[in-house]
This record gives sequence, structure tokens and C-alpha cells, in this order.
Amino acid sequence: MHSMQMFESFQLAQLAFPAEMSASVLAPYLFVSAAMFAIGLIGFLTRKNMIIMFLCTELMFQAAGLALIAFGRHHLGSDGQTFVIFVLCVAAAEAAMALALVVLLFRHRESLSASAWKELNG
Amino acid sequence: MMTTSLLTNLTHTLASPLMLAGEGSGGHGGHAASDNLAMLNEHVGTGPKWVLLIVFLPLLGFVLNAIYAAISNKSKLPAWTTIVLLAGAFAATLTMFLQYEGTPYTVHAFDWFNLHYGDKSFVANFSFYIDRLTILWMLFVTGLATMIALYASEYMSHDVGLGYCRFFAAFGLFVFSMSCLVMGDNMLMLYLGWEGVGLCSYLLIGYFYKKPSAVAAAKKAFIVNRIGDLGLALGVYLTFVHFGTIQYAELFSNETLHQYMNAAAVGDFSHIPAQAQWIALLMMVGAFGKSAQFPLYVWLPDAMEGPTPVSALIHAATMVTAGVYLIARFYPVFLVSENALPIVAWIGTITAILAATIGMAQFDIKRIMAYSTVSQLGYMFAGLGLLTTTGAAFHVLTHAFFKALLFLACGAVMHGFAGQLDLRKLSGVAWMKGWGIVGITMLVGCMNLAGLPYITSGFYSKDMILAEAFITPGYQLIGWILVFTAILTAYYTFRVYFRVFLGPQHAEPGDEHDDHDDHAGDADHGDHASHFHPHAPGWAINTVLIVLACASMLSISLAYIQKDEHHGWVGSMVAESSASFHSPYAEAAHHAHVEHTEMHAVAGPVGNLTPGTVFGMDAHQGMILVSGLGAIFGVLVAAYFHGPKGWQGLFIGGRTEAGTCRMDAIAKRAGPLPRWAENKWYVDEIYQMIFVGPLRLLSHIFHWIDKLLLDGLVNLFGFLPRVFAWIIRPSQSGVLQGYAVSMAGGLAILLFVVIVIVMRAGGAA
Repeated sequence: MHSMQMFESFQLAQLAFPAEMSASVLAPYLFVSAAMFAIGLIGFLTRKNMIIMFLCTELMFQAAGLALIAFGRHHLGSDGQTFVIFVLCVAAAEAAMALALVVLLFRHRESLSASAWKELNG
Repeated sequence: MMTTSLLTNLTHTLASPLMLAGEGSGGHGGHAASDNLAMLNEHVGTGPKWVLLIVFLPLLGFVLNAIYAAISNKSKLPAWTTIVLLAGAFAATLTMFLQYEGTPYTVHAFDWFNLHYGDKSFVANFSFYIDRLTILWMLFVTGLATMIALYASEYMSHDVGLGYCRFFAAFGLFVFSMSCLVMGDNMLMLYLGWEGVGLCSYLLIGYFYKKPSAVAAAKKAFIVNRIGDLGLALGVYLTFVHFGTIQYAELFSNETLHQYMNAAAVGDFSHIPAQAQWIALLMMVGAFGKSAQFPLYVWLPDAMEGPTPVSALIHAATMVTAGVYLIARFYPVFLVSENALPIVAWIGTITAILAATIGMAQFDIKRIMAYSTVSQLGYMFAGLGLLTTTGAAFHVLTHAFFKALLFLACGAVMHGFAGQLDLRKLSGVAWMKGWGIVGITMLVGCMNLAGLPYITSGFYSKDMILAEAFITPGYQLIGWILVFTAILTAYYTFRVYFRVFLGPQHAEPGDEHDDHDDHAGDADHGDHASHFHPHAPGWAINTVLIVLACASMLSISLAYIQKDEHHGWVGSMVAESSASFHSPYAEAAHHAHVEHTEMHAVAGPVGNLTPGTVFGMDAHQGMILVSGLGAIFGVLVAAYFHGPKGWQGLFIGGRTEAGTCRMDAIAKRAGPLPRWAENKWYVDEIYQMIFVGPLRLLSHIFHWIDKLLLDGLVNLFGFLPRVFAWIIRPSQSGVLQGYAVSMAGGLAILLFVVIVIVMRAGGAA
């Protein structure tokens, strides 16, 4: 009985996603993900404001997350979703850290520009 | 070339009489020496423990003085401690002498090396071997050390405080080391003492360590001695390798050694292995270093930078005789070496005359005494080489007294005249108030050194060596050189006396008061000659001078005690020790002399031996005439050239002021010779050129090799990463976007590679 119930709950989960997401449906997700990643990357590379740069990294995180979930749906696996949850956790912690750092850096130079810290060179 | 053939000749002449003696009379030749030695050393007993006091009392002195230094004692306590302890050691030595019963014994302090492996062993314990030779040496070592410590208590009084403690600590350590050297029952103890006295000598020469010349002299003494010490160390090793023991008792009763001695006694050296013969040659090098023999004598004159009591004790009376002791102690080993003793004789002779010629031209009285020490040590070595250990030991003893006396008298002058030692700047010191005792005792010392006939002990001991040179055929040349040296000795000794102690009173102070360690200017000494008052010696210095003068004179009697049996008291001390050896020629000469006096016959051959003669007379009689007249002649020459006008110059002198004398004109006319002699025949310069210069050059070369090649390699390995870093450093621009671009670019390349691989794999499938 007990094992029967567990089996049923698994079945229930399957029922929410009755079939693999087809490749044609996958493509737009991946396109959006790639676009988000590219925007994030370009933003990171071109902007000097540290907060914007930080936002851009978040954008890239989410792009990767979107791709993972899409692939998870495509393959009917739960790995992708699980991994994204982890990434979100890490991203949240990192956000706290990063914003704190930005505040500290700002206090030192009265500027949010990354080029204010250019002397940290080799 | 000439020297080699001369040496070979000598060796043969040396060997042949021994052979005759061994076969012929058999009574006093090598066999007898060998048997006697074996008998003495086969039943070596154990002695009383209190003998250890002789060694450890001075060591206690060292420890106590170190403690005084640690607690910054500022009284004369260190001196009195040392004097009392050394006097205790002397008393113990005297007791040891009086209680000695004729057989050697050992006293064990503690085990040091006691190794047994297989059927072999290496034993070198902290033990002491007492025989008559040891006692003889210890008597004058401890006796003189006590007296000189008393003298130093006053002499060093400028330095009361840390310097005083340091001085007496080293003094105590020296006597301890010297006791180990003389009393040790094995060669390792001897070596320990040997190095110990070298160390103390170094410490005491460099006592005025703020004076660059003193530091240089200390280093020179130490380094030159190292050369000799290497020889001694190798000799000890070789003894152990060859005989399997370095303990005296075992070595001297060793059968192999006795076989060699018997072979050597009949002049057959061909069956003695070269290894055994090398032992003596190596030890000889050690003796030459410690006893300042040519070519290693150069350190001793420079050692006069030390305080005068040190010069008197270490560099005149005791330490420098360690080489004589070494050869006397290992005389059996030297006898079995074909070339060792002739070399010793010739080196001694060369040293004697060379040092005497240098001494003649010096103006520093302490240096003159130093050269005379070198010269007299040359006599002792010549004596050893000429087979008269008794003569050598006797000369060591008398020389110890009179040379210590001379040094201490010179030291009193130096002390009183603020370090003035130039004989041109002092005159008539003996007539100054408070200097009478110094003047008289100095005269006693000078007479002994000059060897005035009959009235001085130096005459008897020198005569014993000189006569032996004439008795032993083949050594006549050595004899004449030594006689000539004796004349030079008398001249330069009395040159000092006539100039410094006699004549019109005159004194210019030296500049000592600046040089004293721990001694910031002394009000007594003043800064200008006009304010200068000589500082007459106090009771301690005077007492010591009187005692030593008496000892010098009283040692004449030693020549008469037991004269017929053993050639004097020293002979009796040497006779029952490893140094015992009766030259067959000396025996023959002795018999000839007895016959001569009894039968009024001309000295001639006795048995099959022909002892050498002097002008057809018995050598001893001849020597009394020749060396006695020579000494008087030398004194008269000194009186003529350096003596003051009137009776003080024996009516032949003509000096009227301190700075000039008749010799000046002669010296001017003699060309460069006096200048060369004054500059010590440029021996130091030659050494500088031959040894020091090339060594320094070599060290420079090695320095540059080290600097360029080795350091270069090391620096190269340090430099390469820096170059590499310098190349790649610009990549770290500090621009955040730059890093991001490289990250993204790297990721892109990686992706591209992965895609290519995947597509290829897809294509292949």
C-alpha cells in the first residue's frame, strides 16, 4: 500500500509533464536564453558601473537557468530544475555579498566605476 | 744538492758509530737503550690520585677567574687566586718529585676514549704518565708559572677589572694545557695540551685586542702553528696505524719498536719500514712549529705583542719548549728514523745563527730577547739532533730561568717607561732610583744568556751541546756555527745591557698609556716627556726578579750534582725516561777524558771509537776554552761599540749619550747588510711573496669563481622567472572588462574546440 502510494505520486509528477517537449518548442527557449546571455555578457563587457555589471551577471545566470529548465523539460528529467534551484540559492548569497562589496568599494572611491580600481594590475 | 749529500754523509757517520757501539761495547749502545726503555715501561704502576691536583688546580684557576669576570670583580683577587692555585700545583709537583721511586706510573682521571673492536683497541684516557722527564718539565713549568703570575699581578695592575680576569683565566688555562701536554699518558692528551697551549698563546698574544698589530700577531702565531700541528696530528695518526697504540707505556714497550731500535743501533735502517720512519719526520714538523724553528719561527718575534709576563712564560720558558719535549719524549721513535735527527740538528743550527744575526740588528729590546729565544731553541734542537737529550733538556731548564728573567726585566723597563722598548731611547736605567734590582738581575740574565764561563748556568748547558757537536764526527761544522752563534749571542745580549742599563741616564717614555686595554690614561705616566716620571717596579716584580736570578745562578750546581754518573742532575732526570740515550761518542769521550786526567795522556781513541776533539783537546775542555773565550770576546765587542765611556764600558766603550754609539759609523759603512738584518732578512716578505701572495691570489680567483659562476647560476635561476613574469605581467591590466573579455574569449575558444570535436565524432560515426 505504502509503495503503491509512492508510485502514484511519481506518476502524478509525470502527469504534469505528460510528454517530452519537442525540439521545435525547445528552440525559442534556447534562443531567448542565448539572447539573454549575450545581452548580459555585452552589458558586462561594455558598462563600467559596478551595479549594472552585477545585474548583467545576474542576467547571464538567469539565461543559463532558462536553458537548463528548457533542456530538463525536453529530456523529461528533473536534473535541470534541481540545478537551477541551487544556482538561484548561490546567486542570492552572491548577490548579498556582491552588493556589500560594491558599497564598500564605493565608500573608498566615491565612485561606482570599475576603472576606479585600475591600479590593481600586475 | 750540496745539502742533500751533506745530510747523507751525516747519516752515515751517525749510523756507523752506533753500529760499532752496538757490536763492540754493547754497554751503552742502542741495545741498552732499548732494553732500558722496555724495562721501564713493562711494569708501569698506578700512582697516587693527588697527582691530579697538578693538572686540575690551574683549571680551577681558570674557572674561578671566569666567575670573577662574570661578577665583574674589580680587585686583585684573580691574581691571588691564580698564584695560590699555581703554588699548590708547584707544591704537588715538588712532592711528586720527592716521592718518585724510579719507575714510571700512570694516574687515571677518567675514561676518555676506550674503544675495543675485534682484537684491536683504541685507548686514550684522561690519564697522566709520570716519569723523570715529566717531573723535570713540570717542575719548571709550575714553578715559573707561579713566579710569573706573581709578577703579572703587579705588571697587569693597569687593567684591574675585566682584562685582569681575562688575563689570569687564560693564564690558568695555559698551565692546565701545558700540564696535559707534558703529563698526558698518551699522544692524544699531548695533542690536547698542544692545541690548548696554542689557543692560550693566541688569546694572550691578542690580549690587547684593540691594537691591530696584536690581533695580527695572534693570528699569525695561530696560523703558523697550525702548519706544525698538522704534522703532529699526522704523526699521531701514523703512530696508531703503525704501532696500534698511542699510549706511552704500550708504545715504549712495543716489541716492533724495540726491533727497530735494535736495527737502528747497528745502523741498519733498510729493514725499518718507511711508515715508521715518517712518524718522526711528521712529529718534527709539529715541533718546529711550536718551538719556532726555521722555517716556522716567524710567529715568535711577533708574539711579543702580548703582555710581557706572557712573553716570559709562554714564549720563552715553557710553551716553546714543548717541541723539545716532544722530541725528547719520542726519542726512540726519532732514533729509528734515518733522517729525522740529522735534520733536527741542522734546522736547529740554521735557526740559531739566523735568529742571532737578526737579533743583532734589532732595536726593540723585547724583540731582541725574542730572537735570542728562537736562537737558543735552535741550540736545544741542535742538541737533540746531536744525540744529547741531556744537553737539550739542561739548556731548556737553564734557558727557562734566565730567559724568563730577561723578559721580566725588560718587561719591568717597559712597564716603567710607558712601553718604551727602543734601546736608543733609554740609557743608564740601572742607575735610576728604584731600578737597582732590575739592573743587577738583568745583568745576571745577560751573563747567563751570553754564557760567561764558569759563573753562569747558561755556559754549562750550552757547553754540553757544543761539546757534543765536536765529539760526534761529521758535526764539526755545526759545532763551529754554534760557537760563532754563541759569540753573536754574547754581543747582542750585552749590546742591550750596555745601552739600556749602563751609561748616562736618559729616558724617553713610550706611548703605551693609550694602548692599554680597559685603561683610560694613567696620571703617573703623563703625556709629555718633560712631565714623565719612570714608574719604578714594586715589590712583586722585584721579588720575582730576585728569585729567578737566584734560580739561574743556582742551576750551575745542577751541572755538578751526579756529574760522573749522568752528566749532572738533568742527566739523571733524563736517564730514566724515554728520552734516555747515551751517545757512544760521548761515552768514549768521557772515558778518554778520565784517562786523560788520570794518565796525563793525550786524548785518543777508546776502544774502537774515535771521539772528535777540539784543537786536539778533549771536546769538553776545548769547549770551555773556545766558547768561554768566545763569550768574553762577544761581551768586549759589545762594550767597545755600545759601552759607555769609563768603567761601565769596561774602559773601552765610548758612548756618551743614549742615541749614538760607535756601531752607527760601522753600520753605515757596512752597506745594506745591517738594514737587511734589521728587516729580519726579509723572511716575512719572502713568505708573503711565496705563500701569502699566491694564496691570496688563489683566494681572489676562487672568490670570483664563486661570485661569477656559482652566484651567477643561482641568480640566473632567480632571474628567469622574473623575466617570464615581466613578459606576461601586462596581461593583468587591472581593468575588470579586460579580465571578462579574456574569460569570455577563453570560453568561446573552448566551446569552439568542443564543437569541432563533437562534430568530428559525429562525422566519424
